[in-house]
Amino acid sequence: MVRFINLTLAGITSGMVFAAVALALVLIWRATRVVNFAQGGMLMFTTFLAWSVIDRGGSYWLALGVALASGLVLGAVIERVVVRPVENKPPLNAVIVTLGLYVLLQAGAGMIWGDTPHSYPPAFTIKGLSVAGTRLLLSPFDLFVIGAVAAVMVLLTLLFVRTDLGLRLRASAFGPEIARLQGVRVGRMLTLGWALAALVGSLAGVLIAPSVFVGPAQFDAMLVFGFTAAVIGGLDSPAGAVTGGLLLGCALSYVSGYVSSDLVTFGALAALITVLMVRPNGLFSASTARRV
Amino acid sequence: MDTVLNLLRRSTLTRHTAGALAALAALYFLTTAVGPYRDLQIAQVGYLTCAVAGLTVLTGLGGQISLGHGAFMAVGAYTAALVIGHWGWPLAAVLAAAAGVTAVAGVLVGAVAARLHGPYLAGATLAFAVGLPGLANYAPLTDLLGGQNGLTLLPPVPPESLGATFPLERWQAWISCLGAVITLFLLANLTRGRFGRTLRASRDDEIAAALSGVRVARLRIAATVVSAACAGLGGGLLAVVATLAAPGAFPLTLSLQLIAAIIIGGLGSLAGAVWGALILVYVPTWASDLSSSSGLSHNIASNLPLAVYGLVLIVVTLAFPRGLQGGLRGIGGAVRRRAHVRRDRAPGPRGSASTDTSGPTTTHPGGADEATADQGARRDDRGEPGDRGERLRR
Repeated sequence: MVRFINLTLAGITSGMVFAAVALALVLIWRATRVVNFAQGGMLMFTTFLAWSVIDRGGSYWLALGVALASGLVLGAVIERVVVRPVENKPPLNAVIVTLGLYVLLQAGAGMIWGDTPHSYPPAFTIKGLSVAGTRLLLSPFDLFVIGAVAAVMVLLTLLFVRTDLGLRLRASAFGPEIARLQGVRVGRMLTLGWALAALVGSLAGVLIAPSVFVGPAQFDAMLVFGFTAAVIGGLDSPAGAVTGGLLLGCALSYVSGYVSSDLVTFGALAALITVLMVRPNGLFSASTARRV
Repeated sequence: MDTVLNLLRRSTLTRHTAGALAALAALYFLTTAVGPYRDLQIAQVGYLTCAVAGLTVLTGLGGQISLGHGAFMAVGAYTAALVIGHWGWPLAAVLAAAAGVTAVAGVLVGAVAARLHGPYLAGATLAFAVGLPGLANYAPLTDLLGGQNGLTLLPPVPPESLGATFPLERWQAWISCLGAVITLFLLANLTRGRFGRTLRASRDDEIAAALSGVRVARLRIAATVVSAACAGLGGGLLAVVATLAAPGAFPLTLSLQLIAAIIIGGLGSLAGAVWGALILVYVPTWASDLSSSSGLSHNIASNLPLAVYGLVLIVVTLAFPRGLQGGLRGIGGAVRRRAHVRRDRAPGPRGSASTDTSGPTTTHPGGADEATADQGARRDDRGEPGDRGERLRR
């Protein structure tokens, strides 16, 4: 029983990070109908920037700030420069461009920082908390991870639902033509959408860095798991992204704990196929009428 | 001479056979003229051509994105290694087994993939590419699959009739190139027929194709199976050439490189697949030669090939959506038009205008492939609403 609880707790912690990556993908998909395969590369790059700050003696919080700010800028620049030309083109073009970006970012990081992974310090201790004499697989740092992702999600929800800017963002994503007629600068809103998504991704990168280390290829699994979580949730739904992330996190934790840690990526494949066989468009997809 | 040309013009099968034989003859002279290192590179081009051509059928003609073809190559390579290791079959049977087992894997993946589209399919195949090589490390399977170190194969022995000093690399290049030429020959005939036509129809308008009696799901599974078998053959050849099947040989980047190859080469054309495979092998070599000769630091030198890929992918997609083959066709078309003008002025021998730019392949100017490439380009150029991207939005 303790083992099950521990695996669940570990699953929730990693699930929250997957959910953050998935949320970044969903934000971009909703706004521009592009699956951002460069997400893993983008969060790797900003995490490297944060690592450089820490390496030069900066504090954890300064590094976190640098990561988030650079994510914001990187997302905006990428949308403006390379993604804008392929929006509304056949989906394959966008896939290829973002894959190219991912490869380019990975090579760039290797050129600047080298291929060997570096360790990244956690904000708090990663020693598990004890409850009634039992050591749990939940550390203060894990609580910080869960809290930070949850806080960003709440802030994003407030931004999208309660503010004027959020209304314009939603309008640009759902009806660009109509939004434009209403005077919304749709292009700017899409750029902002990418920037916000990249910011969420950067947060996920910094939070996962202590456990996977920082290297050009260290975050590949993050993209796969984040994408899997987003697809499980049904790419269009932020709530689905969070649910998908938590489900995937727990599933992978059980696979690694009860079966074998070598089968974790295979477990992700199995989970994805299972969900997609039942609902080909993910758990939270709205059923759309088919036009003939 | 005229009758031969007429025959070539009329019969697709004859033309493809002639093309394949010409390619084999050219490859024979090429492989005997160069040293072992170049032979090994030619062998690499050969097995990559198989996999890229398979992916061209699925993604280029069928419109189904697969990020998991590296995993299919892994299935083929492991099958070849296991068959050689346990039963010691002759090489042709080994490669047939590699293609066959991968085709069965293709049935399974295709059954899932037929229900999915766009990003959902990309996600499922991405997970496939990452998840499957991980199986080799799973404890109960490590004895069978060799874990992280993989399985080593005995290198193929050149037949004695070729002489005792016949280089192994040249023999490997022959095997690999023969596999590639056979694959291209079969695929060229397949895609020129009903299969290719219905596949393109289902890519361009799924609903219209279904209304015209095409069973889209079944067709897509068939396309996945064909494509998987080619990738499996490519993987089997890889195992024979590298004499190794290990999980490290099939990283996610391999699958991404295959996608890159079909885009850079020219989507939906088998000649483009050859260009793509050539680029996959020679661009990294060229980039690392460049970086080692210009005295760059280790970090930059080792990452330069990757950076070149990324850059080429982005630039080609944005600037030349029809890829290398599309660009060459444009040049070829211009040359042909000029030749026509000249012929109108002064009648000369026909056929002088036929410019075969496609190299050792079985495609040809003016074929069905060209028609589809043009359609694709037109759709891109106009960027009309109502194309696939637009329909996905609803």
